[in-house]
Amino acid sequence: MLQRLRERLELTDVLMFIVGGLIVALVIVGSASTLIAGKYNSRQWFDLIVFGIALGGIYALIALGYTLVYGILRMINFAHSEVFMSGPFTAYFLADELGRSGFLDQNPVIGLLLIFLLSMTVSTVIAILLERIAYRPLRYAPRLVPLITAIGASFFLQYFFKGLYGPNIKVYPEIAVLKGYLHLGEFRIQYIQILVIIAAALMMLGLHLFIQNSRIGKAMRAVAEDKATAALMGIDVDRIIVITFTLGGALAGAAGVLYALMFKQVNFLMGFIPGIKAFTAAVLGGIGNVPGAMLGGLFLGVVESLGPSLFLDGLNIPAPYQLKDAIAFTLLVLVLIFRPSGILGERLAEKKA
Amino acid sequence: MTHSSVSHPTETSSAWLKVAVQVGLLGGVIVVSIALQGMIQAFSVRDIVSQLLTMSQMLVLLTFFAMGLVAAMRVPTRAPAPILIASLIAGFLTSALLVALIALGQVLPLGNMFINATAQLYNLLTFNAGLVTGSIILLVAGLGLGLLAGVVFLAPPLLRRAILITLIWVIALGVLQDLIRVTFTDWVFLQPVLQFFYTSTGLSPIGTVVLIVLLMVSNLLWNRYRAPARARLEQLPPQTRKTLRWGALGLGVVIMLALPSLLGLYLSEVLDNVGLYLLMGLGLNIVVGFAGLLDLGYVAFFAIGAYTAGVLTSPELSTGIIPNWWLALPIAVLMAAAFGVILGIPVLKMRGDYLAIVTLGFGEIIRLLALSDFLKPWVGGAQGIQRIAKPDLPFVQINWSPQVFYYFFLAGCLLVIFVSYRLKNSRLGRAWMAMREDEDVAQAMGINLVATKLSAFGMGALFGGLSGAIFAAKLESIYPHSFNFLISINVLSLIIIGGMGSIPGVVVGALALVGLPELLREFAEFRYLIYGAVLVIMMLTRPEGLFPEARRRMELEEFREEEKAEEEIVPA
Repeated sequence: MLQRLRERLELTDVLMFIVGGLIVALVIVGSASTLIAGKYNSRQWFDLIVFGIALGGIYALIALGYTLVYGILRMINFAHSEVFMSGPFTAYFLADELGRSGFLDQNPVIGLLLIFLLSMTVSTVIAILLERIAYRPLRYAPRLVPLITAIGASFFLQYFFKGLYGPNIKVYPEIAVLKGYLHLGEFRIQYIQILVIIAAALMMLGLHLFIQNSRIGKAMRAVAEDKATAALMGIDVDRIIVITFTLGGALAGAAGVLYALMFKQVNFLMGFIPGIKAFTAAVLGGIGNVPGAMLGGLFLGVVESLGPSLFLDGLNIPAPYQLKDAIAFTLLVLVLIFRPSGILGERLAEKKA
Repeated sequence: MTHSSVSHPTETSSAWLKVAVQVGLLGGVIVVSIALQGMIQAFSVRDIVSQLLTMSQMLVLLTFFAMGLVAAMRVPTRAPAPILIASLIAGFLTSALLVALIALGQVLPLGNMFINATAQLYNLLTFNAGLVTGSIILLVAGLGLGLLAGVVFLAPPLLRRAILITLIWVIALGVLQDLIRVTFTDWVFLQPVLQFFYTSTGLSPIGTVVLIVLLMVSNLLWNRYRAPARARLEQLPPQTRKTLRWGALGLGVVIMLALPSLLGLYLSEVLDNVGLYLLMGLGLNIVVGFAGLLDLGYVAFFAIGAYTAGVLTSPELSTGIIPNWWLALPIAVLMAAAFGVILGIPVLKMRGDYLAIVTLGFGEIIRLLALSDFLKPWVGGAQGIQRIAKPDLPFVQINWSPQVFYYFFLAGCLLVIFVSYRLKNSRLGRAWMAMREDEDVAQAMGINLVATKLSAFGMGALFGGLSGAIFAAKLESIYPHSFNFLISINVLSLIIIGGMGSIPGVVVGALALVGLPELLREFAEFRYLIYGAVLVIMMLTRPEGLFPEARRRMELEEFREEEKAEEEIVPA
């Protein structure tokens, strides 16, 4: 019986390796044929890469929320995408008002800071409420129970905000200062992308320092390691969990404003796709691992930005940009099959996977 | 939720006040949310009691009452005076927050941000009696209903039960007025009765009073005579009881067969929808309920079934070589099952959260592929597939109306229910349940996890494919947009509400989540909001579902005990 079992397991493993190998081969063939055909010039590639990094920075910020919570509670906060949506969707009204009155063009720094502050506050409040109402009572429940709760909460929040602010897409105001381009020889970068990249980098650096050096950061790491022992050492576990949700919520709120500034629009469904992508990023980097989430986000952003032109176009697939999201999902599946511990994940015990 | 409040004599005096204020504020937040969600405007078009009480007014008043009741239940004391005061405070605070919203709306342009904060909302909330007068009425109603809730709570248990059940029945009969009136239009002898209880817009005032009296009396009688009646039934000889049971079953079958002609076109359409979701629910129930594998991409198999049937039978596509739907059906079903197994292989080693998100990814990939220009020559891209064959039978001319399709769904559901029951009690079914409870132990007991998991995925996908093929035949045309993530969530919600792993639960879930919103058009807009809230509340208060399966309930009860033990170790 055991012998047979082992044989079957190997069969499925071999099958998966063949499929994986096939996909990798397709990617290589596609990329090679695109590069040889020379369809795109270096400026287009540069644009795609910069766009990818900016997008990746946003994914990374959201992914940090997933990773922080997962590290401590061992659960995927499915509603994190709605935490991400709630901030910028609410801050739209402030941004619109500031944009209309011209304040945003005269004092872009103060205006942006206000928008960020509002968005981060709203996202944080939603994250804390989620934890308090939906997750805390179920902390020791079987895994399926909090997961379903999270899915329910995610839907509830989506449609709650739809009911509050309406189903229409709202257009974020453009800020005059951010419209231009920075020219570097033959290359150019949009100012808005520079802002996104710098803001994301600063926040990630801040978070990293906070977790590594502050007292609370140390407590967070201790709780992530072992809740019961941390409690015995005098750490207030509930408080640390709330702080974790606060951090995740604030980062998601900030990421949301960056996203809204880049894509100029918000609506109640805006969280769904970035949420899944950010989760992919978190898994890519090794879930529970903070630098991993940052790296995974950047990687995913760049792959997603380059992918359609680089390998799908080379395979003569019509309208490759339609399959942009499929790339991210495929990447997620591949990572989970071949390296479930992610790029930086060192160990992923059976119970976590 | 499960914590029973223990009274500490030293702190009761301030504790019940705190509870009352908390519940009141919570109620205020709820009622303000209801108002800002636009439910007031949407529900104001329907009268519960004709000319007297609209559905939106009832909703607001009911919130006051419910908050009073909740406060009374949660107060850590059994003395009547604090209970009455607490429920009064809770009801009053709830209404006070609503009045605060109205007042705020007069000062600030809330409508710029909240689309539903319009003058119409304030007028409706204040009973169209002027803002000041209306606000005073609201506050008094909050006080009064809160206090009333306290009184009801303190009433003797039998009376309390009768009052609450009567309340629920009156509301249900009022809300479902259209359904009841439409259903019985052809029943001439019922017309006088209906005309007594209903006017053209809702329950008639006099009818409501009679109804309340009737319900109260019947409820009290029921409570009085239920136990003796049951005892007498059990004393009957086994032969008679058996006859009775078969008789009831026969009656049920006759009713089920007669339903479409009794209910008419629209309700048959609703039943068809219920049937469709029931089929999918039964399929997903195998994966999630029996085997405990949370699949969020179930729509993929539904899509594969529908697309296979479409691709094979539509004359618009070069692959549409099979003119008969019945010949395409087995291929569609097997195709879905094959995909179930294929997509199951990569996720064999994943559990819980990862599995959920990867299957979600699969569902999206299938939809994106169906939508893409890449596969357009084969599956029609965004234009979808038209002119899919109907399930015509040889020698018989069938006029395909929703009523006829009802029998189709009925047959499909009965078949799948039968298969589900057989599977559940089979060796394979027991292996699934063992795996759900503990994979490692199941493996140690000699269960082949790979084969067991793949068979669950395959079997679930098979039913999904079946419902997809029927769906394609019913609509004759399919579009990629019909196969979005919301379908997966719909199906998941209905099996969770019904009780995971429980087959009657799936039926109840499908009726409640798919049937009810179709009947209450006003609710349809808030469908997903309510689904989300119901999922969360269900998991917090009754994770085993409405109709739990025995074994699953045992698992969850185990957790409750563990939870208590854990709480003692890790102090909150």
